[in-house]
Amino acid sequence: MAKITYYTHDNKTHTIDVQNGLTVMEGAVQNDIPGIDADCGGGMACATCHVYVKEEWLDKLPAKEDGEEDMLDMAFEPKNNSRLSCQLIVSDELDGLEVNIPSKQG
Amino acid sequence: MNKTDVLIIGAGPTGLFCAHQLGIIGLSCEIVDNLDKAGGQCIELYPDKPIYDIPAVPECTGEELTNNLLQQIKPFNVKFHLNERVEELKKNQNRWNVKTSGGVEFDVAAIVIAGGVGSFEPRKFPVKECEKFEGNSLFYSIKDKSIFKNKTISIFGGGDSALDWAIELSNTSKVNLIHRRDGFSGAEASVQKVKELNEQGKLNLYTKYQMDSVLGDKKIVSVKIKHDEGEIKEIKSDYVLGFFGLIMQLGPILDWGLNIDKKTVQVNTENFETNINGIFAIGDICSYPGKLKLILSGFHEGALAARGCFKYAKPDEKLRFEFTTTSKAAQERLGIKK
Repeated sequence: MAKITYYTHDNKTHTIDVQNGLTVMEGAVQNDIPGIDADCGGGMACATCHVYVKEEWLDKLPAKEDGEEDMLDMAFEPKNNSRLSCQLIVSDELDGLEVNIPSKQG
Repeated sequence: MNKTDVLIIGAGPTGLFCAHQLGIIGLSCEIVDNLDKAGGQCIELYPDKPIYDIPAVPECTGEELTNNLLQQIKPFNVKFHLNERVEELKKNQNRWNVKTSGGVEFDVAAIVIAGGVGSFEPRKFPVKECEKFEGNSLFYSIKDKSIFKNKTISIFGGGDSALDWAIELSNTSKVNLIHRRDGFSGAEASVQKVKELNEQGKLNLYTKYQMDSVLGDKKIVSVKIKHDEGEIKEIKSDYVLGFFGLIMQLGPILDWGLNIDKKTVQVNTENFETNINGIFAIGDICSYPGKLKLILSGFHEGALAARGCFKYAKPDEKLRFEFTTTSKAAQERLGIKK
């Protein structure tokens, strides 16, 4: 279990407990946090679960797999701290993770 | 006006198999899809990625699955209307009139929405003022490349479309290729070619830059691009092209009065009919308690929706359940000669 904080574009903060093994994307979708579309359902094929990870967390996250950076090319306003939330699998190590959800996904 | 029993919206695997099920029970159908080919997400998002959970098919790619489904519905001569998006829906006594973006009209007894996560549309620039130039000096696809001759073109993106057009247009235009990082997702050979052209001065490559703003009055005059580190460059441009792949939008279906929740259409699980009689929804676009977004679920939903369409298409007939192994009628429809 990890506490994950999602900052949505409407300036709201959502801190929720996400079970280990789920993805950061699923944590948002299952808890009705707006702004993560996840159109492809977690297949790293659409870039609509794009989030900005708080800088201090960047190095603590699992490295990007082949293809994630390619998909991020398609994301809405990608930055250096961009990740696809469907690729971030929750574990105890991610307790306290903070992500910003972009204003839109496409 | 195209008159048929059922209109299927979406030519993904679910829509294709539903066409098969309609054919087996003797109903005609036509299929509309916004893409230029059948296959839906399977073709657009993962044509080469293997799928491992199609029953009785241990492994196949999105493309193979699509081709097999097209093969399977061949006996029914289903008419496809590609590059068309459904727009208007009107009730006409017991039937429906549907009109597409390209003006194609249908007169049908029932509609099956198999639209996945929506229709695929080009992903656009985040910069707001781009909208006002869209279609005149800013494009997301190329229909007539002759307009670019001897002009300065700024192309954004790092995939195959961006690379291929940069290479091709560099023959007759001054091309700037702008991409957000040093790596590209396009084919390695194209990446090498672009780098060569850049070294030879036949193309200007700007990496780690993204669009900052577009300038111009009626038409674009220049674009400002911003480096990762904050530096901003202004480059003269007659045209701007953006290639950021496709995104799925639910589009006009949203205005049809369907019960919609989180981009999905609510259905019953008896025949996958929506809150509107005669309109069914199957595959990723439908939702019900326990819904799984799997292709195999879409097949099941399509089989039941097809049977649900029967009473609208042939109100005076009774549908009898039959197996393809033994039904003479089904085998005739499949064109099987014994």
